[in-house]
Amino acid sequence: MSIMEYNGGSVVAMVGKGCVAIASDKRLGQQFMTVSTNFQKIFPASEKTYIGLPGLATDVLTLSERFRFNINMYKMEEERDIEPKTVAHMISSTLYQRRFGPYFVEPVVAGLSKDNTPFICAMDLIGCINFAKDFVVSGTASQNLYGMCESLWEPDLEPEDLFETISQALLNAQDRDALSGWGAVVHIITPDKVITRSLKSRQD
Amino acid sequence: MSGDYSFSLTTFSPSGKLGQIEHALNAVNRGVTSIGIKATNGVVIATEKKSASTLIDDESTEKVAVICDSIGMVYSGMGPDFRLLVSRARKYAQQYKQLYMENPPTRILVEQIARVMQDYTHRGGVRPFGVSLLIVGYDEVNGPSLYQVDPSGSYWAWKASAIGKNMINAKTFLEKRYNDEIELEDAVHTAILTLKEGFEGQITETSLEIGIIGTSTIGVAGKDREEFPLFRKLSPSEVKDYLANIA
Repeated sequence: MSIMEYNGGSVVAMVGKGCVAIASDKRLGQQFMTVSTNFQKIFPASEKTYIGLPGLATDVLTLSERFRFNINMYKMEEERDIEPKTVAHMISSTLYQRRFGPYFVEPVVAGLSKDNTPFICAMDLIGCINFAKDFVVSGTASQNLYGMCESLWEPDLEPEDLFETISQALLNAQDRDALSGWGAVVHIITPDKVITRSLKSRQD
Repeated sequence: MSGDYSFSLTTFSPSGKLGQIEHALNAVNRGVTSIGIKATNGVVIATEKKSASTLIDDESTEKVAVICDSIGMVYSGMGPDFRLLVSRARKYAQQYKQLYMENPPTRILVEQIARVMQDYTHRGGVRPFGVSLLIVGYDEVNGPSLYQVDPSGSYWAWKASAIGKNMINAKTFLEKRYNDEIELEDAVHTAILTLKEGFEGQITETSLEIGIIGTSTIGVAGKDREEFPLFRKLSPSEVKDYLANIA
């Protein structure tokens, strides 16, 4: 049994035309027993940046609070919003500080920078960053998500098309994963607003 | 125990003054003059470098220090105190970079150095720094900026400022010369002229140290080989060219 799969859960992020999307499932389990069907895995870092934290639930809780603290401190000291790239490096450094006793999470960062350029990236549990131009996946359904994203994603999707693409990718990937599912949440980040939608899905 | 005697040396006088800090400022005011000017497209810092003896190899002393890619600093006052602040500043800049993968904005670094200097005004067993600093930088957030930090730990942002022996005359000179449209090239000239006003003896390329940063000093640095303004010191031959233009 891998500790990375103990609680289950998946996150995916995609780049569109002047927008980005990040989505996750809602399940929290203890191995094959589902404990909660409304477990938050995506957290806001700033107005236009979100952090996805799939992995061991206790570490998800610890790290989401720690990142909230660090980002609030950053905002007060620097008197500006944190950039998605900076969020990514801050998370990466935090994870690498625990190189030999890591937090069991594989974070995803999605956001728009100051000039509204899309940014997405994923990390392994010790903070090695994977910068991507198309999509990133993470969590127990990551293999399935790779397959779905490879076939559904295309460049320059408008916000509504991106929503459809990421939703279908996640829903179909998690339906083939016993440890992810029980609904999903999708955030579409555009320069002037963030659209957040809850998706219903197969309850098994 | 050594801790028993580590009370602060900087103690309030009944009138509310902190004598040690005023003495530190006197040390600064005896120091060699330094100038800083902010231009529309960059910033310059300059100082005199005069050796006590002709036998000293003046290439070995450095008064304008590079802190990181985007920040530089100069001082008036005590050289050894400055070197400690330089190493603290460099260390902080690298720590910031290790965490965020980017250089600290000038204001953040200035705040950090000011905090160190403030610390030395009330910590036990230490004395305040005998230096005032001029710190310049260029960043995405604020563009070019010029800050002064005093021994007390207070700091200000300036358009142009002077510290050290000739501070008062230099500041009046700068007040007359400065305008909001000044460009970096002119600012370097004005800085040299200001120093020349109070200079004793012949000014040469080896008796000046100048550091600049701005849109004209763009270079590549960092892992991603990104382009941005880099702080750099002017070489003696560059200083010589400026001096030739002035004479």
